[in-house]
Amino acid sequence: MGPADPALAELLARFRAGGVGALARAISWAEDGHPSVAALLEALHGETGNAWRTGITGPPGAGKSTLVDGLARHWVADGRCLGLLAVDPSSPFTGGALLGDRVRMDRSTGEGVFVRSMASRGSLGGLSLATGAAADLMDAFGFDELLLETVGVGQAEIDVAAAADTTVVVLTPASGDGIQAMKAGLMEAADLFVVNKADTAGAERLANELEMTLELRPSGAPRPPVLRCVARDDQGVAELAAAIEARREDDRASGRLDRRRQARDLARVRRVFSESLRARLWDGDGLQDRAREALAAGERPDSVALKLAARVLQRLQERAS
Amino acid sequence: MTQRKIRVLVGKPGLDGHDRGAKVVAAALRDRGMEVIYTGLHRTPEQIVDAAEQEDVDVVGLSILSGSHMELLPRVLRLLRQRGMQRVLLVGGGIIPDEDAAALRDDGFARIFGPGATTAEIADFIEQNIPLER
Repeated sequence: MGPADPALAELLARFRAGGVGALARAISWAEDGHPSVAALLEALHGETGNAWRTGITGPPGAGKSTLVDGLARHWVADGRCLGLLAVDPSSPFTGGALLGDRVRMDRSTGEGVFVRSMASRGSLGGLSLATGAAADLMDAFGFDELLLETVGVGQAEIDVAAAADTTVVVLTPASGDGIQAMKAGLMEAADLFVVNKADTAGAERLANELEMTLELRPSGAPRPPVLRCVARDDQGVAELAAAIEARREDDRASGRLDRRRQARDLARVRRVFSESLRARLWDGDGLQDRAREALAAGERPDSVALKLAARVLQRLQERAS
Repeated sequence: MTQRKIRVLVGKPGLDGHDRGAKVVAAALRDRGMEVIYTGLHRTPEQIVDAAEQEDVDVVGLSILSGSHMELLPRVLRLLRQRGMQRVLLVGGGIIPDEDAAALRDDGFARIFGPGATTAEIADFIEQNIPLER
């Protein structure tokens, strides 16, 4: 633990010397819950905050990976270095995953681009639990731009909005009509909309419906622009990059960025807090077994849960007094 | 509390366009609970080794049917060693004559799987041979 771990000192030295393998191993530590990962993140904390985090989300097959490939090339051509975290789903049955984002990244891998595929590992919000830590590590490594690509999401998986500085929601005519865009959740999380596959039937109608829906929003907050792209042919990618940058300038100037990052830190505390409590109590402290027994005795699931929670709280109070 | 997942890179080096075998193996390893990164077709040895390094994989599996295995496979091996990834378990598969397979094993490939190898055999081999420490 702590600085006493020789593996930590060795990894930090290689990381600070710009070793790509060290960054990769550090992300594995975050994913695997390595005992020294907290100390690693602590040591690098002062070096984070310089990379801009753009989240790319949307339903499966919308063209997220292809769009990311285009954005990556655009920024690399502009002389920036870039890290990409691409999350794909883990099987809830076997824990395995097929991570296929590199298949679409054929044009943008190479100098100045770091790509890491992550499995969601049971997390249901579109990212994995380790995504925040992995993004911090890439930030500290010194990338200018970070792209966080979620699993293909439906309507309510909005983890990315809490993890990113700017959230891009990618839709296609196959995503449904304007009523879908009025629903709560994902659509509210967007800072920018992309209607991809804009050369296909129904794309213009979808874009118009989106724009009309966005006009119904209360004034005050900036209205998300709707961009038309054909990611496969690189159409609209430069415009998307420009829109992300315009939004970034605006967020910096208005103080919105600071508020967002504060909210992001708080959300992460809550998440790691509840995850560590759950792991400790549910798996480690036998709550799971007690829940099984209660259910087998015919108790109702909700009341089992509330009773267990009340018992944990009571024990805490007893200990405190 | 460390929970390590086995991470495998499945790569298609060179110019052959047939990846059904690679996809079958990738799906089988996924079903064994591994995290499988598939590179897609037509990758250079450099791209494959870059990906292996960034993804911090335990295993690199190369599928090759084009006949250029004696050119491309040793190149991946050398690049992995140059980057300090000696511990990565390196396996190959495809249409590879026995004498070439023997030469590749002498070179440092852990195993070459030919036609007829079952997906269970490949998954078992990986589970039994990945290094516990890395």
